[in-house]
Amino acid sequence: MALVLNEEQQMLKESAQGFLAEFAPVAEMRKQRDAGSETGYASNLWAQMVDMGWAAILVPEAYGGLEFGHVGMGQIVEQTGRTLTASPLFATAILGVTAIKTAGSEEQKTALLGAIASGEITTALAVDETAHHSPTQISMTAKKQAGGYVLDGAKRFVADGCTADKLIVAARTAGDAGDVKGISLFVVDRTAAGVEVERTDMVDCRNYANISFNNVEVSEAALLGAEGKGFGPLSATLDAGNVYLSAELLGIAQESFDRTLQYLKERKQFGVLIGSFQGLQHRAADWWGEIELCKSVVLKVLQAMDEGDAKAPILASIAKAKLSEVAELASNEALQMHGGIGMTDEYEIGFFMKRARPAQTMFGDKSYHTDRFALLAGY
Amino acid sequence: MSELQAFRQETRDWLDQNCPESMRHSAPGGDEMCWGGRNYKFVSEDQKQWMERMAAKGWTAPDWPTEYGGGGLDKAEHKILKEELAKINARSPLDSFGIWMIGPALLKFGSEALKQQHLPPIIRGEIRWCQGYSEPGAGSDLAGLQSKGEDMGDHFIANGQKVWTSYGDKADWMFCLLRTDSEAKKQMGISLVLFDMETPGVTPKPIKLISGSSPFCETFLDDVRVEKDQVVGEINQGWTIAKYLLTHEREMIGGMGMADLGGKSLGQIAAKTLGLEHGRMRNPLLRGEVAKWEIDGACFALTAERVTDEVKSGHGVGATSAMLKYYGTELNKRRFETLLKINGSDAMVWDGEASNGGWLPRTWLRTKGNSIEGGTSEVQLNVIAKNILGLG
Ligand SMILES: Cc1cc2nc3c(=O)[nH]c(=O)nc-3n(C[C@H](O)[C@H](O)[C@H](O)COP(=O)(O)OP(=O)(O)OC[C@H]3O[C@@H](n4cnc5c(N)ncnc54)[C@H](O)[C@@H]3O)c2cc1C
Repeated sequence: MALVLNEEQQMLKESAQGFLAEFAPVAEMRKQRDAGSETGYASNLWAQMVDMGWAAILVPEAYGGLEFGHVGMGQIVEQTGRTLTASPLFATAILGVTAIKTAGSEEQKTALLGAIASGEITTALAVDETAHHSPTQISMTAKKQAGGYVLDGAKRFVADGCTADKLIVAARTAGDAGDVKGISLFVVDRTAAGVEVERTDMVDCRNYANISFNNVEVSEAALLGAEGKGFGPLSATLDAGNVYLSAELLGIAQESFDRTLQYLKERKQFGVLIGSFQGLQHRAADWWGEIELCKSVVLKVLQAMDEGDAKAPILASIAKAKLSEVAELASNEALQMHGGIGMTDEYEIGFFMKRARPAQTMFGDKSYHTDRFALLAGY
Repeated sequence: MSELQAFRQETRDWLDQNCPESMRHSAPGGDEMCWGGRNYKFVSEDQKQWMERMAAKGWTAPDWPTEYGGGGLDKAEHKILKEELAKINARSPLDSFGIWMIGPALLKFGSEALKQQHLPPIIRGEIRWCQGYSEPGAGSDLAGLQSKGEDMGDHFIANGQKVWTSYGDKADWMFCLLRTDSEAKKQMGISLVLFDMETPGVTPKPIKLISGSSPFCETFLDDVRVEKDQVVGEINQGWTIAKYLLTHEREMIGGMGMADLGGKSLGQIAAKTLGLEHGRMRNPLLRGEVAKWEIDGACFALTAERVTDEVKSGHGVGATSAMLKYYGTELNKRRFETLLKINGSDAMVWDGEASNGGWLPRTWLRTKGNSIEGGTSEVQLNVIAKNILGLG
């Protein structure tokens, strides 16, 4: 497939750009933060996104969705990187939908996917238990009992964990930390007895939670997919997560670049525009080239997911490793080239750095994905 | 079956029958190039046959018009041909400054007579070209060139010195920049002219490189007669053409960043040389360097593909040749630095088996020129900053 957007995808990109610039610009993020918002986003924002069909983009038509595909969704998410827009889009319409679509039974898909598409429910994915992403190291347990399971353990840094209606939880029904086998997925109500949710304040001001599960009893119907075989669907969900984090990081890198380029053409020192200094020109040119590389790999992996290409997992790791690197470069260069004003809270450029790092870190940073890439490549 | 599918099938069948077996894997010693030209010595009968068969189909210049002997393929067909060639790991049938540089310039700016005269022999690999741009005083600042062409009515008399003329001693013809109006401003008085290297007064002298070979020359021009009908485009308007040609040169050099290592990836070579331990390469730091290179390499290859696709579908300009040249050459240098570390002291054996007849150290040294030839990396960054980013 040619590495270009088709007309519909291009239109979706433009309409997302317009919508986000109007209703969820960077200023909105500041407003939420200053108001001490629990969710991190305005309550009517998600309703508007649902109205536009964004919650339904990855949901198959058979379950009430639009089935518009990853390339389209990627354009929206990239734009949310430019505006630093928080919303349930990632945890619900991407992670939730992918996990349920990949692992769920017919009943679960019918019940949950339609409810996501129509905005009735939101979800969150609870995987990591430490400060470093490592899905094979899951130690939280799910013990079988008559009619269901008992969940015991703790999850950390669950995105949208404070707000989601349903938690998709990875726990062990067998094996030990480090084993791929024995991991199972469960759908658990956030308000179920024994679930304790504690909000964590992070640099990007989004809602994350540390969640403890204290002897939480769930029915058999809560099991998502086959018992002990959750790692496959979990990996597919994490791949999708990393691809969209990459798309968001692309938006962050581009917006940081565009704003900085503008600044290089406005700010004068020594009687000339700072953009006339070759020391800055070369850094800007190199940075621009890195973003060109990022555009290519993000588009490629989105297409690969749409086509069900077997290379999607390795491409996901290539994308996340590359985008983590370039987002770091971009946010650092942006700040440096702005000088002192870049350090102020009043100026927005520093916010891109504060969102980039958590997005880089979530589900594996550059070193994690470089390692994973090498393993998948056979070394 | 669509027309393109049919074309793919025909191409595959034709290649299957016409590409000699020995042209389907890398050459021992690494030198795979086939340069053609009056004095070229083919390394084997297969190499000669492969060039001639491809030339007869016009596939040494697949997208040039058939009227000059080119393949006449459109972009989609050209892409298919490249894919099918890659699939059988076929060597390039003909490598040529004619195809990469002067040919495209002639197609765009040359008179009909010049096209008729020069394009067919380029396609057939009969005439080998060299590039006379750089001078001792004019490198990055190419427009500062001083070699002169004095107007004698129906011809010019050229005097001066060119330098870094790649294969100046092996080439049959030169495309050369001369100052034909010394009164005009820097960029204005330059003409792009063509002449036979056997013309009296043309003296190429090889210069030895750090890689041990002498692929380029300093070329002296003493009272060289250049016919006026061998001026490409208008007299004194050569600068625009010179720059257009440089764009093609950059694309070509940029593309070499992905040049083949005997069909193996850097990771495969590293894993084999250093060995695995619990599924991971020994030496974790080097493993990281190799993986990082492969990630960048994959992203770069996708970018080259995206740029082509964008041009094809009429979308904006995308990444330009300056970016591909800059990134591709820096990437190629990094690749060879990494290969050196993978092979350790073996990599520094100048002659002998351990380093494949010195292939690795010599090639490694040669890659250092990638970010100098065709405009240095710094100059590419200048071009990006000025032309794309609009920084003054
Ligand atoms: C292997 C090889 C093959 C070649 N083949 C040919 C050929 O076939 N025909 C031909 O005509 N030429 C050829 N060249 C010449 C090549 O094009 C020049 O070497 C190149 O353009 C640089 O010019 P220079 O060597 O004079 O370096 P200089 O221009 O003197 O550059 C020296 C240093 O200064 C930097 N610099 C210069 N100007 C600027 C600036 N404005 N901003 C920032 N930094 C700057 C350069 O980047 C470089 O690092 C070849 C060179 C090599 C290495």
